[in-house]
Amino acid sequence: MKYIDEFQDPDLARRLLDDIHSTVTRPWALMEVCGGQTHTIIRHGIDQLLPEQVELIHGPGCPVCVTPLEVIDKALEIASRPEVIFCSFGDMLRVPGTGRDLFQVRSEGGDVRVVYSPLDALRIAQQNPDREVVFFGIGFETTAPPNAMTVYQARKLGIQNFSLLVSHVRVPPAIEAIMQSPRCRVQAFLAAGHVCSVMGVAEYPELAERFRVPIVVTGFEPLDILEGVRRTVLQLERGEHTVDNAYPRAVRPEGNPAAQAMLADVFEVTDRAWRGIGTIPGSGWRLSSRYRDYDAEYRFSVTGIQTREPAECRSGEVLQGLLKPHECEAFGTLCTPRTPLGATMVSSEGACAAYYLYRRLDITNASLEASTVV
Amino acid sequence: MCLAVPGRVLDIEERDGTRMASVDFGGVVKEVCLEYLPDLQVGEYAIVHVGFALQRLDEASAKQTLELFATLGMLQEEFGDPWELAAEAGGSPLPAAGIDTPQEAQK
Ligand code: SF4
Repeated sequence: MKYIDEFQDPDLARRLLDDIHSTVTRPWALMEVCGGQTHTIIRHGIDQLLPEQVELIHGPGCPVCVTPLEVIDKALEIASRPEVIFCSFGDMLRVPGTGRDLFQVRSEGGDVRVVYSPLDALRIAQQNPDREVVFFGIGFETTAPPNAMTVYQARKLGIQNFSLLVSHVRVPPAIEAIMQSPRCRVQAFLAAGHVCSVMGVAEYPELAERFRVPIVVTGFEPLDILEGVRRTVLQLERGEHTVDNAYPRAVRPEGNPAAQAMLADVFEVTDRAWRGIGTIPGSGWRLSSRYRDYDAEYRFSVTGIQTREPAECRSGEVLQGLLKPHECEAFGTLCTPRTPLGATMVSSEGACAAYYLYRRLDITNASLEASTVV
Repeated sequence: MCLAVPGRVLDIEERDGTRMASVDFGGVVKEVCLEYLPDLQVGEYAIVHVGFALQRLDEASAKQTLELFATLGMLQEEFGDPWELAAEAGGSPLPAAGIDTPQEAQK
């Protein structure tokens, strides 16, 4: 789907693209933070429709990709216990831990169940009072409020056989870490729309000011991305660096205050390791001390598990926009969606998988060489 | 899981002291928690993520998004059988079901 007539509104897409083409005078590097946006960009070939000077760098916004290996190993350990019903979103089934994944744990007899919502896991706990039900709580600011509400409900209803294995991450500290890297080339951010639906935009003006980067809140449909790019490029060309909301139909400046209040009650900010990247200060949430009883890491004493990531995998560089997926030597050979080395290949929203799925046929040696020069 | 999908509220009920709704996502109906958008009414649209309504959406843009997702097969990705998707991705047979099938858990 690389042709403009396949856009939902081709005329509007063409106008936005014309506008971008006529605005750009210099090269610019924009980072889209959200994995859903990366997926849309590659699926629709948006990067190829943009002027050559506009480079889209893929950001770390795929929760499945950035969940650290040791958390996956903790999940596998807990899910293997006979008394446990382990509940997870479907995307985590194939994320490799050390040597295996949740899919295999199920094949080996573990009671692993896929739920659509964390509240489904809570219901399973109510229906199985003699079992321990653990929910795998990963995700950014969009997924954290549902998980927070579930723990809150568990306590309210007095459900004691339920706990959460938490690995929540926050976007603003990641933006800060990316900007502070000496190798950083990012000049502007397309902020993740649905994260802002919850959190609003209050966290961004300080970052935009401090690093002098435009931050444009962007949705994840093809036309949303074009509009986000258009507004970002406009700011860059004018030398501005403000926070702009290009996704007002879903994002109010104040976000969702009820969700923010629940987050503040159930979670507290903590340092968190990102798979492939390492620890980013203040970039995660864990259960606050009042909810510690619901923390699966303590309940199942797996706090000590530590794991090293495979050396061949360069997903850390991919996640920080320092390397394009096909520039990794293992890409498409040692590492494919069937035999993923890193989580950016296993998750369909990961940059490596997106490149593999939609781009593998047009990656020629010539384009490989060209992209390495950039 | 990262996807947030617009849906239309069909009916609302209180369960265990929690405001819950049946929400229609272009044909697939799911239970959705309204605690974060307590004043959402029957007939209105909202962006729903992992079973929680997170922000209101106007009808026109909700319908447009749903139409786009349907064309791209994204509703199938979001609501289809995750075990089958995972089996396909890994090229291995489906593991045996536990006591509850995952479909049951998804109700
Ligand atoms: S292609 Fe595979 S090995 Fe290379 S960075 Fe991506 S996930 Fe890691």
